[in-house]
Amino acid sequence: MGIRFVPFFIAIVTTFSAGAAFAASPIKIGGLFAVTGPAAFLGEPERNTAKMVVDEINKAGGVKGHKLELVVYDTSGDATKAVQLATKLIKDDHVTAIIGPSTTGESMAVIPVAEREQVPLISCAAGIKITEPVKKWVFKTAQNDTLAVGRIYEYLQKNKQSKVAILTVSDGFGASGREQLKAQAAKYGISIVSDDTYGPKDTDMTAQLTKIRGSKAQAIICWGTNPGPALIAKNVRQLGIKTPLFMSHGVSSKKFIELAGEAAVGIKLPSGKVIVADMLPASDHQKRSLMAFVRDYQRHYQAEGDHFGGHAWDAVMLLKNAIEHGADSSATIREQLENTHGFAGIGGVFSYSAQDHAGLNKDAFVLVEVRKNGWAIVK
Amino acid sequence: MKVREFLCKKRKIMQLEQILQYTFSGLSTGAIYALIGIGFSIIFNATGIINFAQGEFVMLGGMLTLFFLEVLKLPLWAAIPCAVAVSALAGLLFERLAIRPLRQPTPINLVIITIAGSILIRGLAMLLWGKDTHAIPPFTGDEPISIAGATILPQHIWILAITLLIIAVNKFFFFHTISGKAMRACSYNRRAAGLVGIDVRRMVLFSFVISSVLGSLAGIIVAPLTMTAYDVGIMLGLKGFCAAIIGGMSSGMATVVGGLILGVLESLGAGLISSGYKDAIAFIILLLILFIRPQGLFGKAESERV
Repeated sequence: MGIRFVPFFIAIVTTFSAGAAFAASPIKIGGLFAVTGPAAFLGEPERNTAKMVVDEINKAGGVKGHKLELVVYDTSGDATKAVQLATKLIKDDHVTAIIGPSTTGESMAVIPVAEREQVPLISCAAGIKITEPVKKWVFKTAQNDTLAVGRIYEYLQKNKQSKVAILTVSDGFGASGREQLKAQAAKYGISIVSDDTYGPKDTDMTAQLTKIRGSKAQAIICWGTNPGPALIAKNVRQLGIKTPLFMSHGVSSKKFIELAGEAAVGIKLPSGKVIVADMLPASDHQKRSLMAFVRDYQRHYQAEGDHFGGHAWDAVMLLKNAIEHGADSSATIREQLENTHGFAGIGGVFSYSAQDHAGLNKDAFVLVEVRKNGWAIVK
Repeated sequence: MKVREFLCKKRKIMQLEQILQYTFSGLSTGAIYALIGIGFSIIFNATGIINFAQGEFVMLGGMLTLFFLEVLKLPLWAAIPCAVAVSALAGLLFERLAIRPLRQPTPINLVIITIAGSILIRGLAMLLWGKDTHAIPPFTGDEPISIAGATILPQHIWILAITLLIIAVNKFFFFHTISGKAMRACSYNRRAAGLVGIDVRRMVLFSFVISSVLGSLAGIIVAPLTMTAYDVGIMLGLKGFCAAIIGGMSSGMATVVGGLILGVLESLGAGLISSGYKDAIAFIILLLILFIRPQGLFGKAESERV
């Protein structure tokens, strides 16, 4: 009887203390996003989402009485600018934690500042280098490429397809993908029979694909961001190649289907769960967060929430979660972030630890297939 | 033994099919380079400058077609002439506002102005239409056509046919019309042309309009295959420039052949050597031609232009 009342008491006590602490000082959070420039497709939804989430939290009375205050700067994708603005956030605005930057290059540049000034940084970029090796003050919310590669290879292994051709774009994203595709192949018993690249501005990839058609590949894996993969999909159709085509998570957006049209049908790719949120079974841990994010974003911006916005959603909510667990200073927030366990966000279920500041496993990705009427989850 | 022979034969056929495919791909990209290249040489012959904004008219062709299709909801057959007309107007304005008012029209000043113009046009396009890539529907379906083991799309046939048509019209214009002959006269000797009563400034204006029409047409016919965005003009412009250099800055067949050679070599290089060197091939050719045969691959030492 007594034990059953304990949670009840705790609830009452915390409610009161929350009420009493209503006048608690606001917690300042800095945001560094590439809202303009070449990485604007990342930075814009990230900034929108961060603003939206902070507003909603404050409307609901803040976190344990603390209102959140978001200070956002635009880095325009420039690492030098990102470092200056990070310093400004810490020295002039006295923020308690920083969300962002949007790209791996900027994040790597800002890390030394965060480490020196001892301010927690939750990066929204995907590069594996950001959290490997682990830096004391740096966390990230975007999924590693490793996990996406793992998803594809696992599927191929299950379907007994062991010879693959890879076609990667010659930029940072493609190079990282190519590295991971080669590094993990052996683990899944896969051999790469053809290894080609294409330029980010190339307009015709039939030469590379003709070469692949002549090889013994059982699957083609293409690693790039729009528009290249859409052209490749069209070229594959033109050449009448029947080998199954896989893409990276870099094109898991409506835009890809729009660009590739008919040619997109049948393509499989690993993707975060946002684009298939409504198709997930109710038992999925992330379902509630995903639906809330998609609905809110639609209401605020009349646009569909995407993965990138999701990275910022996760970053703000992870901070909120840490503050709910009693953190209110840079040091305590860092400590609580590291203790995060089983936090179901947009990018996946986060469990940080002292050895892991990326926090996700390969369940963060689902394999989806493009059908005539949109996405479908591949079992 | 027989099995081995059979396999050997099969392999050879496959290789032939591959090379045929590379050649087809190369010819269609080459045709685009050729059209852009001719635009370069027409302006070069009329003014003696390289118009580095040429690539931007290629972009304008594609983006304007998209604009007329999506925003004004015109059908494709109406959107294309509208896009060409607006590009021609842009070419005209460019000459009137940026090239003509120049006090001291030294070639270096003019070339730098065209570079500035290209940055300006690209920036405006980005502000107007955003940074996204857009797809344009193919002119007539996209069911692949198989020719001797290689496959092409109906759009490839459109590209080759329209290029041929444009080259024929171009030839006719320069050799059988008064304006065309006057423009040729300007390219031989501006002063003499002026002395016999040819309005040289008008011919310069003409050359900009014709080049922007050619550029925008190239941009339109290639857009269904390659898609279009505000920044597609840079690379296509450079490749077109290479084609013009190979052709020795002639606005006739030499540049067309230059474009086709470039396209096919690129495609063969990507397929047989390595795809990483695709763009390098174009620029190595450019450098070699400039070093060894600056008059172009087919030109005599004192090249006859146009």
